[in-house]
Amino acid sequence: MADLVSHPDEVRVVSRRFGMGATNLDRYLELDGYKAVQKALAMEPDAIVNEVKNSGLRGRGGAGFSTGMKWSFVPKQSAKPKYVLCNGDESEPGTCKDRLIFEHDPHAVIEGVMIGALAVGARSGYIYIRGEYRYLSVIMQKAIRDAYARGFIGKNIFGSGRDIDIYWHGGAGAYEVGEESALMESLEGKRGIPRIRPPFPAVVGLWGGPTVINNAETLANVPHIILGGGDWYAKLGTPKNGGTRLFCLSGNIAKPGVYELPMGYNLKKMIYEVGGGIPNARTLKAVVPGGSSCPCLTAEEIDVAMDFDSVQKAGSMLGSGGVVIVDDEQCIVKFALRTMKFYQHESCGWCIPCREGTDWLKKTLIRFHAGGGVKKDIDNMQYLSENMLGRTFCPLGDAAAMPMIAFVKKFRKEFEDHLEGMPCPFKKEGAAEPVLA
Amino acid sequence: MVPHYPTKRSALVPTLLYAQDEIGFLSDQVIAELASRLDLTELEVRNVISYYSMLTVEPRGKFVVQVCTNISCMVRGAEEILHHCAKRLGIGHKQTTADGLFTLEEVECIGACSWAPAVQVNYDFHENLTTEKIDSILDEYKKKAMQ
Repeated sequence: MADLVSHPDEVRVVSRRFGMGATNLDRYLELDGYKAVQKALAMEPDAIVNEVKNSGLRGRGGAGFSTGMKWSFVPKQSAKPKYVLCNGDESEPGTCKDRLIFEHDPHAVIEGVMIGALAVGARSGYIYIRGEYRYLSVIMQKAIRDAYARGFIGKNIFGSGRDIDIYWHGGAGAYEVGEESALMESLEGKRGIPRIRPPFPAVVGLWGGPTVINNAETLANVPHIILGGGDWYAKLGTPKNGGTRLFCLSGNIAKPGVYELPMGYNLKKMIYEVGGGIPNARTLKAVVPGGSSCPCLTAEEIDVAMDFDSVQKAGSMLGSGGVVIVDDEQCIVKFALRTMKFYQHESCGWCIPCREGTDWLKKTLIRFHAGGGVKKDIDNMQYLSENMLGRTFCPLGDAAAMPMIAFVKKFRKEFEDHLEGMPCPFKKEGAAEPVLA
Repeated sequence: MVPHYPTKRSALVPTLLYAQDEIGFLSDQVIAELASRLDLTELEVRNVISYYSMLTVEPRGKFVVQVCTNISCMVRGAEEILHHCAKRLGIGHKQTTADGLFTLEEVECIGACSWAPAVQVNYDFHENLTTEKIDSILDEYKKKAMQ
């Protein structure tokens, strides 16, 4: 459904089967499908974990934690069943990559979950897909059914004597559920509020059993790593940042789309060469490099390698790969307001700094953008955000505070331009007012 | 769905959504029925419903027009799309047209960022929108309802 794009600089690993009809199981098999899991069946669990560790694969959901390391935390012996949980609750504004994986290559996700299960000794895997992606759930359910029908999943897979069951599970609209512990709560049929850690999911997770939780893109990379080898995968990227990444270019860019580029690809090149630059003869104002929770970079800060460590060094985060480009016609105060409105709406209300903080930031920004701001508001917004940092059970509070601090620090002048009595300097004649439902 | 999980309760969220898709909203009757089938209290079920943005206990129109206005869509004109829909349908956020055909909703990111601005009508994505495009899309749905 969603249009595919391409660029000569792309290195196709996780997207190599996009547009090739791989939702069909026979076609998937022609394209090396289910070879990796058969190879993994002949490997010791520790060897699988080591291969993934060596690949330098890091979590594609946003945190960027080493996948192999995560798997190694699961205890070998456990009285309770172990689980692999695929996080497909993609909802970070700016991010639309897992959608393409589910749409074009659902079996790769299944295979990734299976290999994860073999590595940690689980016999059940769950693939959680956000509720809005109903058409993808249909695709995934068919893929699971087809794989069961061939005996690829279920009892005695590929005659190995091993049993692995894979299930699909659908959400019903909640950003917060993308956080790993809230995801487990949701799968258990509850409100998606985060759990206190420790214990970590690797020890006490789904229904009390040790659980590995990985993003859909992370898991879809695993079969390629097993087939091609960890060393091959690691070399595609930069040191400690193995492989490639699906970057979702969106916003004020000439050629928006999801591009698979090597880790460490230069952001400036990504915007001007891959994405075709800023359209309508406008210039670049800011970039949100990894989804709405990442602090924005100014036009002067974009000469940066897009891997986890380099973007962090530049004061932001690689996050979920959602690169949102903002041109000079946009108002940063309004952009901040829309971002805070999102976090206020999605805060589960469990931790007070997040619940109250996002609400106050939104309220202040509404008043501020409408021309009712006072100078003190600017510092207050920063102070308030700084006091949310690190004071919540899950990262949602930080996800709101970090971009807010960057907006104020990097675009203070724009906030000052909105001060008392001044209308928004970016408002166009007759343009629609911001909608704040 | 229950056999997929070690606890019955796990089937709650997807089951609620399926039930809602069937009858349009989560009525008292549906809530009572699901509670008894999953060994939960009605309060426990309502607690879960109130958490998820897609679940609703209010009847809605046949077609729920969900306009994303989050950042990627906003910078590509989502507010114009939302205002256009509101004007054309004569309703505001979370309101339903008198003929019961359309409900309008401003929603958070629907995962169509690279194809913005985007709208979801029930479960169908409509992307790279302009006001002209959304006009013909709404016409199509109206025609569909007439058939």
